[in-house]
Amino acid sequence: MTADMDPGVRIELTVNGRARSLEVRPNHTLLDVLRDDLGLTGTKECCLVGECGACTVLVDGVSVDSCLVLAAEADGSAVLTIEGLASGDRLDRLQEAFLETGAAQCGFCIPGQLMAAHALLTANPHPARVDVEEGLAGNLCRCGGYEQIIEAVLAAADRREVAT
Amino acid sequence: MSGFGVGASPARVGGRARVTGRQAYVADIRLEDALHVKLVTVDCARARIVAVDASAALAVPGVRLVLSAADLPDPMPRFGPQFQDRPVLAVGETRYHGEPVAAVAAETRDAAEEGARLVRVEYDELPAVSTIAAALAPDAPLVQDPSIRPGDPLAATNVLREHRYGWGDVDGATADVVVEGTYAFPMVTQFAIEPHGFLAAPDGDGIAVWSSIQHPNWLQRVIAGLLALPLSKVRVYAPDPGGGFGGKQHAKYEPLVAFIALWAGRPARLVLSLEETFQAVRRGAAEIRVRSGFRRDGTLVFRDVEANYLIGAYADIADRTVAKGTYTSCGPYRTPAARIVARSVLSNTTPSTAFRGFGNPQQIWAVESNMDEAAHALGIDPVDLRLRNLARPGEAFIPGDTPADGDWAKTVERAAELIGWGTPPAAGRGRGIAVGLKSGPTTGLSYSTVRLLADGSVVVHAGTSDMGQGARTIFAQIAAQELGAPLDWVTVVMGDTAVVPYDQQTSASRSSVLMGNAVLGACRDIQARLRAMAARLEMVTESDVVVDRGEVRIGDGVLPIRDVLVRGLGRLGGELIGVGEMRKEADPDHPLGGTAAFFEFNCTAVEVEVDRATGDVVVARHVTVSDVGTALNPTQVRGQDEGAAIMGLGHTLMEHYILDDGGRIRNLGAIDYRIPTSMDLPLRLESDVIEHGDGPGPYGSKGMSEGALLCVAPAVAAAVRNATGVVIRDLPLTPERVWRALHAARDP
Repeated sequence: MTADMDPGVRIELTVNGRARSLEVRPNHTLLDVLRDDLGLTGTKECCLVGECGACTVLVDGVSVDSCLVLAAEADGSAVLTIEGLASGDRLDRLQEAFLETGAAQCGFCIPGQLMAAHALLTANPHPARVDVEEGLAGNLCRCGGYEQIIEAVLAAADRREVAT
Repeated sequence: MSGFGVGASPARVGGRARVTGRQAYVADIRLEDALHVKLVTVDCARARIVAVDASAALAVPGVRLVLSAADLPDPMPRFGPQFQDRPVLAVGETRYHGEPVAAVAAETRDAAEEGARLVRVEYDELPAVSTIAAALAPDAPLVQDPSIRPGDPLAATNVLREHRYGWGDVDGATADVVVEGTYAFPMVTQFAIEPHGFLAAPDGDGIAVWSSIQHPNWLQRVIAGLLALPLSKVRVYAPDPGGGFGGKQHAKYEPLVAFIALWAGRPARLVLSLEETFQAVRRGAAEIRVRSGFRRDGTLVFRDVEANYLIGAYADIADRTVAKGTYTSCGPYRTPAARIVARSVLSNTTPSTAFRGFGNPQQIWAVESNMDEAAHALGIDPVDLRLRNLARPGEAFIPGDTPADGDWAKTVERAAELIGWGTPPAAGRGRGIAVGLKSGPTTGLSYSTVRLLADGSVVVHAGTSDMGQGARTIFAQIAAQELGAPLDWVTVVMGDTAVVPYDQQTSASRSSVLMGNAVLGACRDIQARLRAMAARLEMVTESDVVVDRGEVRIGDGVLPIRDVLVRGLGRLGGELIGVGEMRKEADPDHPLGGTAAFFEFNCTAVEVEVDRATGDVVVARHVTVSDVGTALNPTQVRGQDEGAAIMGLGHTLMEHYILDDGGRIRNLGAIDYRIPTSMDLPLRLESDVIEHGDGPGPYGSKGMSEGALLCVAPAVAAAVRNATGVVIRDLPLTPERVWRALHAARDP
């Protein structure tokens, strides 16, 4: 039997606050479903082995490589992707800080960096530099823009959380 | 400087899309009804293809076609920027591990992948060469069939080209001290986080191609040639690449995807896996022997270089990287006599191509390591040795080329000052310093059109690819400054050959200089029209009108450009259109076909700590100083400079392909091939610039995006020597290699 003939699996997800009911292939990852089924292409695909972090999203508040999570495993969870980080037109403090420090160069790793940073600041609102280095260790940036990325995360941490 | 003009650092144009996930990279583009393509390869470096059986693959539901050489025109269409040697699909024989034999196109990605697994390729493995020694052996199997290199006297060898440069009398030169060594640089890969992606679709009576490509106009020419279409019928969309680093300069699988789209009569898409990108692009490996002769006082009297670069199975732009990268083997130094022999050696490996530094990092690893060894041999401080020999501003240091276009001693002195050269490093640490010089573009042609719309807002058309260097922001800053528009009233349109005028390429750190000047020229063209307009409105002669930095001045009166524009355009409105053109002409008598438009010059100084128990090298301090002429956007300059430095640490400390005896890459992918992470940063990284406004670009700028990568490796190796006393001439400086060197030194 080919993958295309496998019966689908019905899952319920809350993605960026919106309830989604989907039939997914059992072999498809959360990354596949976000990008291909839901059209949320802000989450990026690169290594597919959980090393580059380009596909980082939050599942029930935990930062995960969405390429390593089967969509079926995510059934019932709340997923936050880069598309859900801003509040409407208002950017998150991390997004503002990334713009200010010039952290986004080619930009391809940036959604993953932002989601990892968001998870980091949620767990540790006042990280030291070394905490940021460790917190983002799973997110590769080949532009080598780590200094400006770390600066942005530290700057965002210094900012009061904007009440929503 | 605050604000958004030149010299300020406004937020990146396109930055908001990048931080919100809305930036559409090539793989994010969905074409209705597109077929998904997967490549079929065989698991060895070189094979004779006996048969391709697609029946099982075609039985997979959703698989629409399996394309192999037999389905393509005969003779097989070939392409390449220097030599038309790369086939659209392997014909008769594969020449490197990962070369596609066939391609499966299916309704879904799953079906394409399953189909590709089921294509049965019958093949005989053939002897392959994957090292310089093996490729140059007298009885080496030939990588390329001599028939595709007609009339080439080297066609019956694995040497694609040999380049010889030189001046003065090396053999007759008298030196007090001669320092000699052979230095090795491994295969490394660009590893853009965005894997290469290609889409194609029939488009009326032509074709549209989408690619994360650095040179859309060059790709247009390649596709038009292969499909026998006029340029106007090939529309290339080039969405911003998610990192290029040279690996996305030239066509790779766009021709294949275009053939599939035409064959199927519907769109087709191929997005490579990261592993496939390792098999598609890499930097040339090199073994470079350097002999340098000095007088006792440190004056360089000759340099003798023999460089073998291991390129891949097809030339791509690799031979040009060899030619250009070794041409500057005397670095920025006054060298009375030089002899440089450089070979591009074909092998059954991934075709090497451009990679940030373009052939120079290999050469600079060798010659700057040699300089450090010379400093030790002469008993002269490494900074003093370099300052003694550096070309002075305006000095013709390479006969027949552009004279030294910067006060390079200032760069070296600044780096030395920042690292604290001359003061002892902390206990257990060592310091090293090196310089890097790279020729900028030798030819160039960029056009831009700029439109000043009726409300004073601006549209800039520029064919540069913004792959992270921030070209879009620079062009917007130039237009905003020259035409008096706020930055967020400027839109920069790129990446569509049907809309945007010709640009030769995005490479060699050229875009701020060449396209920047084209944009500036187009703005000045508009300013001339505004002058005429103001003269007519105010009933003065044009020579009484000055348009500068967004203002129109007549005598003591100052008018905003927009006022003149609105009145001048009148009731019908409309717009003013300016055209800019920037050429860097070729010089047929020059060994490279043209002189350097500018030189990139960098000095890197580092302080390292070496763990003697493990061989681990920690870069405690990393200072990079680049001569940038003028920093048009200091935040972006810093980002490019630091990024180049970090990338340089990758090939210095950790990156290399590991091949097995059969020429297969054993460390394909992100688990086994490590690039720097946030945990691998120098404990302290400092980036500084020298700005003398002496570049050929707008406002005195120079290209700068490669400089800080050039000499990282020799600076770190010199620091390792300073800390431990061991000399290492092979990269990367992995813990194992350093540990072995430390032990060899202790237990000889």
